Amino acid sequence: MLSFIARRLLQSVFVILAVSLIAFSLFRFVGDPVAQMVGQETSIEDQENIRERLGLNDPLVTQYTRFVGNLAKGDFGYSYRTRQPVSEMILKRMPATLELGALSLIISLLVGIPAGIYTALKQGFVSNALLVVTLVGISVPTFVIGIFLIYLFGVTLGWLPTFGRGETVSVGWWQTNYLTWSGWKALLLPALTLGVYQLTLTMRLVRAEMQDVLKTDFIKFAQARGINYRSLYFNHALRNTLVPVITIIGLQLGGVIAFSIVTESVFQWPGMGLLFLDSIRYVDIPVMSVYLVLIALMFVVINMLVDLLYVAIDPRVRLKGQHG
Amino acid sequence: MNSLLELNNVSVKFPTRFGEFTALNGIDLTVHAGEIHGLVGESGAGKSTIGAAVMGLLQSPGYVSAGEILFQGENLRLLDDDAYHRVRGDRISMIFQDPQTSLNPLLTVSVQLIETIRQHNDMSVEDARERAVALLRETGIANVEERIDQYPHQFSGGMRQRVVIALAICTNPDLIIADEPTTALDVSVQKQILALIRRLCTERNIGIILITHDIGVINEVTDKVTVLRSGRVIESGLTGDVLARPQHEYTKALMAAVPRLDKRLDRFSNIVGNDELTNSDSSWVIDGASAQYATNWLLDGKQLLKSALPENAVTQKHADVKLDEQTDNRILSVTGLDVSFSAEGSDFFGGRWFGESRKFKALSHVDLAVQHGEVLGVVGESGSGKSTLAKVIVGLVNPTAGSMRFDGEALPIGRERARQHPARRRIQMIFQDPYSSLNNRQTVEQILAEPIRFYKLSANQTQTRQLVASVLDLVEMPQRAMLKYPHQFSGGQRQRIAVARAIVAKPDFLICDEPTSALDVSIQAQVLNLLKDLQSTLGLSILFISHNLAVIRQMSDRVAVLKGGELIETANVEDFFNNPQHAYSQQLLEETPSLAFG
Amino acid sequence: MVKRWQKWARENELFYLFSNNRIAQLAALLAFLCVAGAALSPWIAPSNPYDIASIDIMDSLIPPVWSENSDTRFLIGTDDQGRDLLSAILYGTRLSLLVGLLSISFACVLGVSVGLMAGYLGGRFDAIVMRIADVQLSLPAILTALLIDGVARGILPREQHDSLMIVVLTVAIGLSLWVNFARTVRASTFVERNKEYVQSAEIMGMHPIRIMLVHILPNILGPILVILTVDLAVAVLLESTLSFLGVGVPPNQPSLGTLIRIGTEYMFSGEWWIVIFPSAMLIIMVISINVLGDFLRDAFNPRLR
Repeated sequence: MLSFIARRLLQSVFVILAVSLIAFSLFRFVGDPVAQMVGQETSIEDQENIRERLGLNDPLVTQYTRFVGNLAKGDFGYSYRTRQPVSEMILKRMPATLELGALSLIISLLVGIPAGIYTALKQGFVSNALLVVTLVGISVPTFVIGIFLIYLFGVTLGWLPTFGRGETVSVGWWQTNYLTWSGWKALLLPALTLGVYQLTLTMRLVRAEMQDVLKTDFIKFAQARGINYRSLYFNHALRNTLVPVITIIGLQLGGVIAFSIVTESVFQWPGMGLLFLDSIRYVDIPVMSVYLVLIALMFVVINMLVDLLYVAIDPRVRLKGQHG
Repeated sequence: MNSLLELNNVSVKFPTRFGEFTALNGIDLTVHAGEIHGLVGESGAGKSTIGAAVMGLLQSPGYVSAGEILFQGENLRLLDDDAYHRVRGDRISMIFQDPQTSLNPLLTVSVQLIETIRQHNDMSVEDARERAVALLRETGIANVEERIDQYPHQFSGGMRQRVVIALAICTNPDLIIADEPTTALDVSVQKQILALIRRLCTERNIGIILITHDIGVINEVTDKVTVLRSGRVIESGLTGDVLARPQHEYTKALMAAVPRLDKRLDRFSNIVGNDELTNSDSSWVIDGASAQYATNWLLDGKQLLKSALPENAVTQKHADVKLDEQTDNRILSVTGLDVSFSAEGSDFFGGRWFGESRKFKALSHVDLAVQHGEVLGVVGESGSGKSTLAKVIVGLVNPTAGSMRFDGEALPIGRERARQHPARRRIQMIFQDPYSSLNNRQTVEQILAEPIRFYKLSANQTQTRQLVASVLDLVEMPQRAMLKYPHQFSGGQRQRIAVARAIVAKPDFLICDEPTSALDVSIQAQVLNLLKDLQSTLGLSILFISHNLAVIRQMSDRVAVLKGGELIETANVEDFFNNPQHAYSQQLLEETPSLAFG
Repeated sequence: MVKRWQKWARENELFYLFSNNRIAQLAALLAFLCVAGAALSPWIAPSNPYDIASIDIMDSLIPPVWSENSDTRFLIGTDDQGRDLLSAILYGTRLSLLVGLLSISFACVLGVSVGLMAGYLGGRFDAIVMRIADVQLSLPAILTALLIDGVARGILPREQHDSLMIVVLTVAIGLSLWVNFARTVRASTFVERNKEYVQSAEIMGMHPIRIMLVHILPNILGPILVILTVDLAVAVLLESTLSFLGVGVPPNQPSLGTLIRIGTEYMFSGEWWIVIFPSAMLIIMVISINVLGDFLRDAFNPRLR
């Protein structure tokens, strides 16, 4: 078990290093960092001085090591566009994105898992209707869903705000939506928009896995022993679908953060995604590369959590090497 | 004695897109308490369907279309779903074939047992646990107090099947349906599990339906037997009567096809008539193609080789030949063969970085030789390394130590064997699973022409086609088969095609790795007959691997016994079966279910 | 001939399932209409929306013909520039499909070859490729596409940028989708590699590349076809999303995503048709591709039947 976790940890470190290498190459080779920092009037000589001072003439390996070291220390450099520290910019935007992502993930799991189980077990009108809905869910692009929600609840009915975060409350440096009525109202549409796609994916996956498990011998044997259907479905079958489901949900979490770029753009939600989108438009490389590393870091942390859940769920992983 | 279960004229149908398929057709069956009733038949006979029909668990969309299923006088067909589900486990229980898959991997044995017991009895968790412990002890699991809280994967196959049996009897059912309960197990474990089933049947006065394809098992443990074919009852009665004096032609043919452990037959005779081969396809032929043409062509190569050999041998290997006269007749010899696998996969961040790379020894110090024109049978249980031995010889697995010689020359191990090495043609292999040994996306013609082209054995396209058709003729397949794809054939026909593919390369040495263990006995008899014929016509040397001692006896001239990767004994076949030397060999022979009566 | 065709139709699993699945047939028909409309757009569209000379700004924001103040020249109205919306949608669909097909072919060729080699050769190559796939997976498709797009913006001069945008888009989407192919193909190859027909070819001494192409590839076409269909839908969605975000195709060559973005600006003031019609087109196209993908998945996955 320990070696399982150790190996996963090592893989995670590899992923982070690889992504930081991409980020570093972006930073170093896309456009000229010095030209971005100084005005056009700066003389070649002065530029050369800045170059020397920033260590841009050092060997690449040294530069990369320094880059990673700075990242580890939380020193993310300065934005080309706003001249502010990138860390400050991102930290300010992060709560908005995380709160949006968390709510939409909760929506997608709370609805997706039961709906998936239901459609796997029951056939009939409700199941078919749900399946049609999932088909629409994976086929309609997120931004179109957002636009229609805005049109319906914002423009036609006028119930909910269509852009921005509404009123927020500060808890330390963290600006939260969760503590005000207006915040919840502003959060609802974007979270729904972001959640629909994840919801349909979760539901389809749970359904497929559940159908697979119901065909296994051990379920048939449990059925032949007269185990009641509630336990058969929710204790025996569902438990066995959890491992693949958790894996995919872990992968999806990264997707939630990434797709928040689109949602934030539709709802003008002041999160990291919008910041990233702006940084792409203005080729603001430092912000781009830091965002990249952050996403990868989140992904890796989530996957580590998934691995720990594996260990909790599956005795075959937990007890590896103790075969009888 | 009142009957426990009575099936009257039961029919089961499966609607398919080609019309309704009748899986069971008017089955009558009576089972009494305290007896083991065997259901035997080949695949498609409907024996498992009877079990599923009694349990009320027929695979959708199948349904019972007629007849009545009386269990203790009550017609089960009239029960609604809930009432039927209460019968399951409580009064009728089931044992599945594969202990690897029939237990929930994520729940401990105790949880599964206690849940089942409490499902049908109103008792506390503590009492249920006590009963679970007693049951596991009764089914022969040692150290129960400790093992009961372990997960299924911590038990070995045989132990797991004991847990499955404990689960099946934990609610004191009156009837147990055991569907191939020992098919996935080695003979030694099979013997113990069968004894356990017998004991439970007698001690608890349970009626047991034992479904199996193995007539040896039927003979060993059942009181009564029903022979099934294509969903109909062929013959039914006391086991001793039916097996010793079969009345029906099919039963007779089936019995004749079972390989005998007690004596060697030249050929299987009186085997089940084969409708699939005598169809109208035989009118389609290729000009000049015939079995005789194939035989001539195959033998022609042999004579050429033999006449060519001495000239080389005289000039180059004169000294060798004189040195050891004995090895002269060896076509293949392996010396000091060692194979070990690491248990962890070779991941980029593989186990070796974190210790824990445990080595598993598949073969250790194996010395073996096959003479020209001889059939050497290799026998062993699962994990004995017999398949690994085959893979080392053909070069799929690299040994960690040891050397091989083929026809007087050193045979390089797999990694070092050139792609054009002549041994790659001269050694051919026939695999176990006819469903995976043929490429489903190629026609039979493409499959058979591939070796001919690859080894450049024919002069032109016309001759290739002729050869393909002729070889099909030789393995008793219609020539027209070359136009079809493998999935259009049955398992036995596919295995014939696989044999043809091996033969068409003009091999001198053939490795057969469990070539018939995926086939029904009647088909097995046909394929074994075919292999015997080819061996004697072509003078092939064969390494014949099987877990089935009776098959080994029918096929081999000499026998080698492997256990846990080590060579236990080699002997001439008659000596071995009449007077095995090693204790393990004696045990193996004793545990194999036999058809010897009285 | 007819008889042989009937026999084939009865025995061919895929055809049989298709002929009994009305929804799949409908989806195939819709998908075909989308593709045909897109491919023939230069000939069937009423006007050429890329031709600046033919566009009159005075025609802007005209509603569909069944509304007031409409113009019979413009069946479903015009956009803010005065382009005929129907023509713009047809041309936009063509662009969307073109990018989708190109990028998916790129992803397929890359993913299948890498997956085949990783699955068959195993060992170090497999380990390295799969670690790269891990990294790729940690960056979701849309992020990868945005990133490549951003890099292209940084490297390419502005004037070249627009003309190369479609290439950049194709590479960006293709690179973000190859992992799906690689992982599926690798897993399937792994299963096939251990089958005895492959071992038999290995024993013969056949060249590994020949084994991969002649023996393994034809046996794993099913899963590849499924991914191809499902990911074509994903690619079309990605393209429209990028265009919607304003980092996709150049503004003078609107794709469906660009039209929807323009439409949202006018949605609040009552000009609903600019956002509705392109959205409907996009949704119909993607749904029909997805239905076909689901159909293929069920057809190639007998355990779910």
